[in-house]
Amino acid sequence: MIVQVDNPVVEVHDLTVSYDRKPVLWDIDLTLPAGALVGVIGPNGAGKSTLIKAMMDLLPTSSGYVRIFNEPIKQVHKRISYVPQRESVDWDFPASVFDVVLMGRYGNLGLFRGPRKADKDAAMEALEKVNMQSFANRQISQLSGGQQQRVFLARALAQNADVYFMDEPFAGVDIATETAIIELLRQMRAQGKTVIVVHHDLQSAADYFDWVVLLNMRLVASGPTEKVLTQELLEQTYGGKLTVLSKVGDLLRKQEFPARETKV
Amino acid sequence: MNAFWIILTGSLVATCCSLLGCYLILRRMAMVGDAISHAVLPGIVIAFLVTGSRDSMPMLIGAGLLGVITTFLIEFFHRYARVQADASIGVTFTWLFAIGIILISVFAGQVDLDQDCVLYGEIAYVPLDLWITEGNLNYGPRTVWTLGFVTLLIILFITIGYKELFLTTFDPAFAAAIGFSTSLWYYLLMTAVSLTTVASFESVGAILVVAFLVAPPATAYLLTDNFKVMLILSVMLGILASAAGYFLAVWMDGSIAGAIATVAGIEFTLVFLFSPTKGQLLRRRQVAPARQPEEALA
Ligand SMILES: Nc1ncnc2c1ncn2[C@@H]1O[C@H](COP(=O)(O)OP(=O)(O)O)[C@@H](O)[C@H]1O
Ligand SMILES: [Mg+2]
Repeated sequence: MIVQVDNPVVEVHDLTVSYDRKPVLWDIDLTLPAGALVGVIGPNGAGKSTLIKAMMDLLPTSSGYVRIFNEPIKQVHKRISYVPQRESVDWDFPASVFDVVLMGRYGNLGLFRGPRKADKDAAMEALEKVNMQSFANRQISQLSGGQQQRVFLARALAQNADVYFMDEPFAGVDIATETAIIELLRQMRAQGKTVIVVHHDLQSAADYFDWVVLLNMRLVASGPTEKVLTQELLEQTYGGKLTVLSKVGDLLRKQEFPARETKV
Repeated sequence: MNAFWIILTGSLVATCCSLLGCYLILRRMAMVGDAISHAVLPGIVIAFLVTGSRDSMPMLIGAGLLGVITTFLIEFFHRYARVQADASIGVTFTWLFAIGIILISVFAGQVDLDQDCVLYGEIAYVPLDLWITEGNLNYGPRTVWTLGFVTLLIILFITIGYKELFLTTFDPAFAAAIGFSTSLWYYLLMTAVSLTTVASFESVGAILVVAFLVAPPATAYLLTDNFKVMLILSVMLGILASAAGYFLAVWMDGSIAGAIATVAGIEFTLVFLFSPTKGQLLRRRQVAPARQPEEALA
């Protein structure tokens, strides 16, 4: 079940990625449509993070290639933004919220050039979009998980790119943040941006995404959500243990609901 | 006058090392500085053997090259041989340092260097090696000129590449995604560390270089949450240690480099205990927000 599109924003051709010569992604071949919210879904260790990193040319690939806007990535860095997994950076780093959001503007500045007023305004505007303007001068070490995620999102927004890659932006955030983020992503889609999101919650996936990529080392499916999120394809992705998985997931969700952060 | 030259030399080394050290400790690579400062030894000896002089320029080049080779080797063993980062650092620099020692002992007659001098340096001799022109103009110690030049280069490097260094240190994956070359800035930083090490080794020795690369930045890190302030504070702490260390050494009639490193260590201990934000004793008690169960699961 692999649906290809014409004029794709992202085109992955025969991609194989290995760590230590051990392939973790085999023969991925897919195209993603413009202006869509794309969910990349699969079990832990399926290679979801690896796939989006390879799409951005952050990893050496064993074979295959990726085109974005029909060009090699080197030509289009300015149109790409990335929201890494929250744990990938040191939040004790001596920087303020504003410092981090301003990094989103760095790609547009030349060497020797620091951010100018227009860049600072754009950063502030991005902070307002994620409702964090009052935290601009806050140290990043003093943020909750949901706030960290908003800061990362604001940094990507400040860049004003055309394609966004986001690695588990909903992991470990409070329900208010999750709602705020999905609302933002929908606005971005309305502006014609393409957003590719690694996601691990099947329940919300159907609601959030127009297009879903199911992955488990190999590509199981890629296509419109209603065609892809079927019992059969999900079982292929999760190795037939889906019923167990979703039951456990349901239980956990019920238990943790009252404990979710309410701080915004 | 001697006191002035010695403290100035110490301060110049402190400035270079503290600035670069801020980046190293935030990249969790403080010990790479240690590695480079030892591994440049064979470069220095070979440059000396080839040119037969103690001119700074060939030595800077020889050692600078070795420093870059060291970082390549560390990366290589770590990335391709899958050796742990710390083991890869340890193997690389002990091996290169050993080669340097063998070279010194084999060519002992021709090499006017010994490993003690490389490790501990002799800052007390700085005022003796003066730069005097043919017209008998005295420009002061040569070392001060070399170090002054290197300090200028380092400050220029950090000013020009400020945002690139800041970004690639904080979040290399994001930096690469938006088009910055993380390896270019990594190797530039390592070249700067090599250059600093070589320029300083003769006067202050490898051990004080390592002390300056780590102690003032670590102290400044405990004092501030702002990176620019951290850079400035670490330079000030380094300079303070140079001056206080000099007078401590004079008072004790002991090794100047040793006293400077001691003062740097005392600064760290005091801040570690009494820093208003991160100190162990006077910290404003903050109740850390409890980790949410969902965060633990994610
Ligand atoms: N840097 C790495 N070196 C070696 N193996 C890795 C590395 N990163 C990920 N892997 C392995 O590759 C596989 C896919 O990882 P990843 O893409 O992070 O999965 P996901 O994001 O879907 O959980 C896993 O088996 C993981 O152990
Ligand atoms: Mg992942």
